[in-house]
Amino acid sequence: MPFDHRSAPVESQLSDKEIVMRHFIDLYLHIPDGFLSTPIALVGWVIMVVLVAAALRQTRGQLGDKQVPLMGVLAAFIFAAQAINFPVAGGTSGHLLGGTLAAIILGPWAAVLIMTSVVAVQAFIFQDGGLLALGFNVVNMGILTAFTGHLTYQLLKRLLGEGRISVLIAGAVGAWLSVMVGAVATAIELALSGASPLGVALPAMAGVHILIGLGEALITVGALAFIYATRRDLLNIGEAAPGKAGAGWVAVGLGIALAAAVFSPLASGDPDGLNRVAADLGFDGRALDPVYEIFSGYSIPFITEGNVSKIVAVGVGTFVVFGIAFFAARLQKRASA
Amino acid sequence: MHHTIEVHDLRFKYPDGHEALMGVSLHIEPGEKVALVGPNGAGKSTLMLHLNGILPSENGNVKVCGLPVHKDTLGKVRAAVGLVFQDPDDQLFSPTVFEDVAFGPLHMGVAETEVRQRVDAALAAVGMSAYLQRVSHHLSVGEKKRIAIATVLSMNPEILVLDEPSAGLDPRARRGLINLLRDLPQTMLVSTHDLRLVEEVFPRTVIMDQGRVAADGPTEHILSDAALLTAHGLEI
Amino acid sequence: MLHIDLADHARHGSSRVHRLDPRVKVIATLLFILTASLLPSGAWLSFVFLFLATLVVASQTGLGITYALRRSFVALPFALAAITLPFTVPGPAIAQFGPLTLSADGTIRFLSLLIKSWLSVQIALMMTATTAFADLLWALRELRVPRPLISIVSFMYRYMFVLADESLRLTRARASRSAAGAGRTGGGLIWRGKVAGGLVGNLALRAFERSERVYNAMLARGFQGELKTLTPPALTDTDRNTLVGWVTFLAMVGLMGFIF
Repeated sequence: MPFDHRSAPVESQLSDKEIVMRHFIDLYLHIPDGFLSTPIALVGWVIMVVLVAAALRQTRGQLGDKQVPLMGVLAAFIFAAQAINFPVAGGTSGHLLGGTLAAIILGPWAAVLIMTSVVAVQAFIFQDGGLLALGFNVVNMGILTAFTGHLTYQLLKRLLGEGRISVLIAGAVGAWLSVMVGAVATAIELALSGASPLGVALPAMAGVHILIGLGEALITVGALAFIYATRRDLLNIGEAAPGKAGAGWVAVGLGIALAAAVFSPLASGDPDGLNRVAADLGFDGRALDPVYEIFSGYSIPFITEGNVSKIVAVGVGTFVVFGIAFFAARLQKRASA
Repeated sequence: MHHTIEVHDLRFKYPDGHEALMGVSLHIEPGEKVALVGPNGAGKSTLMLHLNGILPSENGNVKVCGLPVHKDTLGKVRAAVGLVFQDPDDQLFSPTVFEDVAFGPLHMGVAETEVRQRVDAALAAVGMSAYLQRVSHHLSVGEKKRIAIATVLSMNPEILVLDEPSAGLDPRARRGLINLLRDLPQTMLVSTHDLRLVEEVFPRTVIMDQGRVAADGPTEHILSDAALLTAHGLEI
Repeated sequence: MLHIDLADHARHGSSRVHRLDPRVKVIATLLFILTASLLPSGAWLSFVFLFLATLVVASQTGLGITYALRRSFVALPFALAAITLPFTVPGPAIAQFGPLTLSADGTIRFLSLLIKSWLSVQIALMMTATTAFADLLWALRELRVPRPLISIVSFMYRYMFVLADESLRLTRARASRSAAGAGRTGGGLIWRGKVAGGLVGNLALRAFERSERVYNAMLARGFQGELKTLTPPALTDTDRNTLVGWVTFLAMVGLMGFIF
């Protein structure tokens, strides 16, 4: 006989002002519904689903039956830690996003799950970020940050050698970069959706997040210093995470692809190949199926039409490359297993 | 040979080298209510974690209800020994009280219809029936501690092992807990600093200090031996 | 006590909406947002119908018809991200501000975007307000979200309050030791960041140790690697009918948006 557990009794009442205050802090990277076009939002969902499924498999192998309590409580930690802030300047404060820190401690795949939980709960309970937009919000804040932070950290540590300073520098750079990558990705997604021209979104998001990334770096370093001093062994869990090689390939692939997407408008010349791809995909501004009406008439006066097609095409290409890198990593891992 | 605890020369060293138990022997009969006292670091919690196999022991050193505690008997052992941890927030990890109290029987393989009945019975036994749909994080410490006990009662254990049940309770909640412990029929081993609680509820007291049993006998004798108490960091 | 920012946003009640199966509410919410997203810019009639739908739902929640309305402006600051649309989308001009031209198409796009966002937030707010989080979780589980992920979120939800309290205590302790004159903030930026980081690191360790104890508590109650759950209640006819009605309504609103 099934049980019935609905509607738990009321708890506290939160005033409207308190809710607004809370949301205002978390604004920058949480895309609300309405700003991403439907196709883009759905692409984000697909990427999220695929990578979260991979993360579940990886962490099961890595952590065994401690998987759930460990990641659950650490997700709670990230959530609570995001509320710890410190004054930066003129009434603003810096605080933690946490993808890099989680990836350094537990490895990138566990970090993906932890951050996915945090971002999802923020969306469902606090309406921080939309539900259709949840896919890319998770990708930007949970997946890109975890892998960027992890890869940067590992790379720099290998370059700088063992020791406390190496850990702190690698962590700082990883944290800052992870925020930048998340911000750039958000800008690209907004541009591809037609909500904001790339020429505006990119400098705005990147510019703002240079400082936010600095805050992330500082807190991450502070946390790493504390953990290094008290329980250094905890930092090794992330090192031993299996699938590290796979993560590296994924991150490299994604990084290259994103860099290409970002810098492609600046490249001179008009390779026919890319325009052809754009035309084939129907992104060159021709009138399309009414469902995709948003794309018709899509052009930006600041950037010529040819370059716009390129941006869009390369943006789509980003995710194709990403997909290839991911599957290549999986094949490689399977081969070496 | 039902609900007994038999511990024979139990030794345990933590991975970091700390020797927590250096030859502990203990025998508890069915129905006995035994208090475990001693200074912090004596090994009380470590001993308790051996009783349901969370910490591993050499074959045969620990037996509960006649079953030696090792890998293959863990399921039965954990159903027989209800361990209640010191911090109720560790024990109450589910979204609702109902799910927490249902966790034990559900994972024992009890049928769903019976799970519901057991939950109701366990909550009634601790006087918390009204809390079925509540969410743990808004409850007071006293309420959480009682529900934590319910989460193991629903498994119908034969032995209850409690770690510091009265810690952090205000006088009223403490009184409620004392009455509860007095009324529950299970064999009990309770670790506590609260010697007045020991006086009221537990006829037998075991003193542990530095990984060993320092004294084991009727509570009245132990608690009236001031020198013994002081020697082991205890005060009435 | 409880950190004010993290209180449970579900409001108790026994309204029709409260009693709806949470699976229906989740699907209905997602479909509404999808419909809004798919509508073309300038589908004013459809937007009006969607808004009326939110009002109808609001009236059925027993929380007051303006409950979601009042809270729906939280995402407004993000509107700044799209503020360039009226000036950058080409088309017949409707106004001129110095070098900036306001185009009709751009303005329509911008307003449509805002309206869609605003409507989506309201429906999501009402779903959250009428559904206990524990119910939301099992609904998502039944809707095929992987069980381990649901369990992770469940633990996260349970312990975020506990850790938030610990975090609050740590920050209060920091504040008590941070004497500063009015208008002055002592210490350099880097120092402050590292102090905050230290608090975060401290919290991380507590979280680790907490997770070990929770794991032991799970073992003590028979956990052997797989989390078991009880069977949820079946859908009632009301649930089914409500969902069918809602989907039909959304389909009509969607079609309307492309025809008119």
